[in-house]
Amino acid sequence: MTPEAVPYGRKTQKPSPVSDVHILWITAGLGCDGDSVSITAATQPSIEDVLLGAIPGLPKVHLHNPVLAYENGDDFLKYWYQAEQGRLEPFVLVVEGSIPNEKIKKEGYWAGLGTDSKTGQPITTNEWIDRLAPKALAVVACGTCATYGGIHAMQGNPTGAMGLADYLGWDWKSKAGLPIVNVPGCPVQPDNFMETVLYLLYQVAGLAPMIPLDEQLRPLWLFGKTVHDGCDRAGYYEQGDFAEVYGSPKCIVKLGCWGPVVNCNVPKRGWMAGIGGCPNVGGICIGCTMPGFPDKFMPFMDEPPGAKVSAASISVYGKAIRTLRAFTNDTVNKEPKWRHSRSELTTGYRPGAY
Amino acid sequence: MSTITSAAKGTPTGSRKLVEMNWDPITRIVGSLGIFTKIDFDNRQVAECHSTSSIFRGYSIFMKGKDPRDAHFITSRICGICGDNHATCATYAQNMAFGVRPPALAEWIVNLGEAAEYMFDHNIFQDNLVGVDFCEQMVKETNPSVYAKAEKTAAAGANLHGYRTIADIMKALNPFVGSFYREALQMSRMTREMFCLMEGRHVHPSTLYPGGVGTVPTIQLFTDYLVRLMKYVEFMKKVVPLHNDLFDFFYEALPGYEEVGRRRVLLGCWGSFNNPAVCDYSYKKMTDWGRAMYVTPGVVVDDKLVTSDLVDINLNIRILLGSSYYESWEHGEKFVQKDPLGNPVDQNHPWNQTTIPRPQKRDFGGKYTWVMSPRWLDKRTGDHLALDTGGGPIARLWATALAGLVDIGYIKSTGRSVKMYLPKTTSLPEVEFEWKIPKWSNAIERDRARTYFQVYAASAALYFVEQALSELHAGRTRTWSEFTVPQDAIGCGFHEAVRGVLSHHVVIRDGKIANYHPYPPTPWNANPRDIYGTPGPYEDAVQNTPIFEENGPDKFKGIDIMRAVRSFDPCLPCGVHMYLGNGKVLETHHSPMFGQRA
Repeated sequence: MTPEAVPYGRKTQKPSPVSDVHILWITAGLGCDGDSVSITAATQPSIEDVLLGAIPGLPKVHLHNPVLAYENGDDFLKYWYQAEQGRLEPFVLVVEGSIPNEKIKKEGYWAGLGTDSKTGQPITTNEWIDRLAPKALAVVACGTCATYGGIHAMQGNPTGAMGLADYLGWDWKSKAGLPIVNVPGCPVQPDNFMETVLYLLYQVAGLAPMIPLDEQLRPLWLFGKTVHDGCDRAGYYEQGDFAEVYGSPKCIVKLGCWGPVVNCNVPKRGWMAGIGGCPNVGGICIGCTMPGFPDKFMPFMDEPPGAKVSAASISVYGKAIRTLRAFTNDTVNKEPKWRHSRSELTTGYRPGAY
Repeated sequence: MSTITSAAKGTPTGSRKLVEMNWDPITRIVGSLGIFTKIDFDNRQVAECHSTSSIFRGYSIFMKGKDPRDAHFITSRICGICGDNHATCATYAQNMAFGVRPPALAEWIVNLGEAAEYMFDHNIFQDNLVGVDFCEQMVKETNPSVYAKAEKTAAAGANLHGYRTIADIMKALNPFVGSFYREALQMSRMTREMFCLMEGRHVHPSTLYPGGVGTVPTIQLFTDYLVRLMKYVEFMKKVVPLHNDLFDFFYEALPGYEEVGRRRVLLGCWGSFNNPAVCDYSYKKMTDWGRAMYVTPGVVVDDKLVTSDLVDINLNIRILLGSSYYESWEHGEKFVQKDPLGNPVDQNHPWNQTTIPRPQKRDFGGKYTWVMSPRWLDKRTGDHLALDTGGGPIARLWATALAGLVDIGYIKSTGRSVKMYLPKTTSLPEVEFEWKIPKWSNAIERDRARTYFQVYAASAALYFVEQALSELHAGRTRTWSEFTVPQDAIGCGFHEAVRGVLSHHVVIRDGKIANYHPYPPTPWNANPRDIYGTPGPYEDAVQNTPIFEENGPDKFKGIDIMRAVRSFDPCLPCGVHMYLGNGKVLETHHSPMFGQRA
């Protein structure tokens, strides 16, 4: 191109100092692939926006996710081996699914990806995390299973499942100095996840400062408020007007909604394209973004303890309620004690065969 | 007692040189699956196949002792692409156990949500995951001569879908850059919006409950759904001819392609879309309300409808071991001696199953997977049939066609076919599609049926919107019925997950879950050799599949095997991963020589 043909405005465009970034996405935790499926619903940004370079300033992104990959088998896994050998730099590691405890049994595996050519046995998911996490620029836990253990880490589970931070350590830092980034949700809200990826890519490109996270390692701008703060039924709550049956447009806190103590933006953002959600469309909040999920919210359809007190006294005791809620919020922001990486199963299940 | 999985297995003769070829993981499916094969390159055929799943989570174990009302919230998390099918099926089982009948409007809302799920899920799987196996890049890499032919072959439906040649269709399917790939991906978002209108969130719904739904039924709710539905209707008028052109081309370009992924017609469908006028969720009337479903339940063997009775279907389910990492529950507790009609319930029935995991080394001569082997006992012969779902649509359409029960205007079952009507849309006139019972249960026909079932779901949704609006207009706006949880009860739910049969069985004692066993489609399809040595459907369909790929062992992609496996729409959150081994040549040895099937 001749110099005259260069548009004046091009001076606004700066190439990313890092030309290419790989995203290695392990779906082989104990999960359901629901987070991978979820991100295909994202539009802010969409996955093709990021992969096809439709957002200014980003490096070229190469996604290696088993649900979407062109390649199969070894053609697909070659990126995993390259990353392990330090030949796929830089890469972001995304983990989906809870991390089983492989140390609580004599042999076999709970979760694996690919086959070890020497032994003919599956390569466990934990082994992959051990190999790849130290080499990754950043490690992102996608969905509540990977962040805190989630459903598969329920009381009585046989696998000793836990979250990624329970496995690697809550103080773990990547070689670039980033803590684990947790984007919870069961499944993850599509745009919440893609926006977090976008932020990290901006950070890699030198266009954003260190990602702001809370104590549970969640992006602050996404999880800083409660469900209740963003719920369009809060007006009913304020007037003490509560639904007695499902299907009512009123506040459903008495029907089992935990919105007042759950950190999540879904009622505000909707599920996708502003449509759907939870209490805003008649679904009780079961706390699926929280470290205490699911155990501390079950049985889901019972009125949460304390909801009555605060619901009855809403207008009079505002300050006292905020204190009470902060206390409950603290409790549900902690995982149950049986989620750990020790070589013992303490979930309550007594295995007879391993 | 033995089982039969294929009509015409050849006779064991001769020696052949087998090459071990493995794919682990198989991508573009949901979950973790490994396919381990032995291939006879000289005779261009797969000689042996083992399917293995690499994940165990233990739902049946950690659900014990929990509140039965939590079952649908928990079991939704079994699957990340059809979790709502689980949630729905769980509420069906809860409704039976709690003795509650939801208001009609709630059923229409659930049916509309589930129809949107079929429209979304078949679409994204067909065009963004399976489609890649038929895209330009793939066909050029595996069968360059076929691609050359595609460039010269005019597409019959070009005036409808806009792609002039078959090669143009293949180009449009290239991942991310292909125009149809991107159009389909965008369409999969709009159908998920429709889903979220009815069930709150995709893929784990927020508004489903035993007794009904929490969705607020307003005029706006159904308007928002209907306008999106009509866009999908227009889209499908182009997609059906597009896929027909593509699939017909493969039969034409590669004579014999009908043998890829072919197995005996052994199909199961557990029925979908309850009819609120008939369905009271009582076990005693299950035969009647099962037959009133808008997708008819049925077991199809060799093109014969063996049964369409849900009680019969229920009682003859057997869960077998043989190659799975579990201990037997033969001497375990028998939770349910008799069903509510007084029929005896087998120890190997899901109501009586006890899951005892035993992790161990993988051994393809012994135990090699976390998937158990569900079978259906055919009382006529005593065979434990390894039914498959064919990925869902082929079984649903086949059972519905043969039963001849569905007639809702938009859809008519004729006994040998299913007619589906789509009204006029923005730029295209009305059209009626007819799915006819195909000659084979094979990869191409499983894929083709998927396209037709997308139409079926859209046609059914048009009917459900009308029904829902008439409830609303009549002022019947309740969406939930109250219930109490009994101290002791049993329940079962039957539904069609997107990729096939789905059942949930629950036993309640002292107001808590004493036993819970969900059986999704993939255990039916992806299971290993059972105690009688009968291989599971993937294994059976891949075994004997002829190889049309032009690459030799060094560059072998296994595309014909991939097409065979993906035609079942694998969804093992525990899926299928295929791993191309080192192309290690096994010792030449005597092994069964399977003849080409007629």
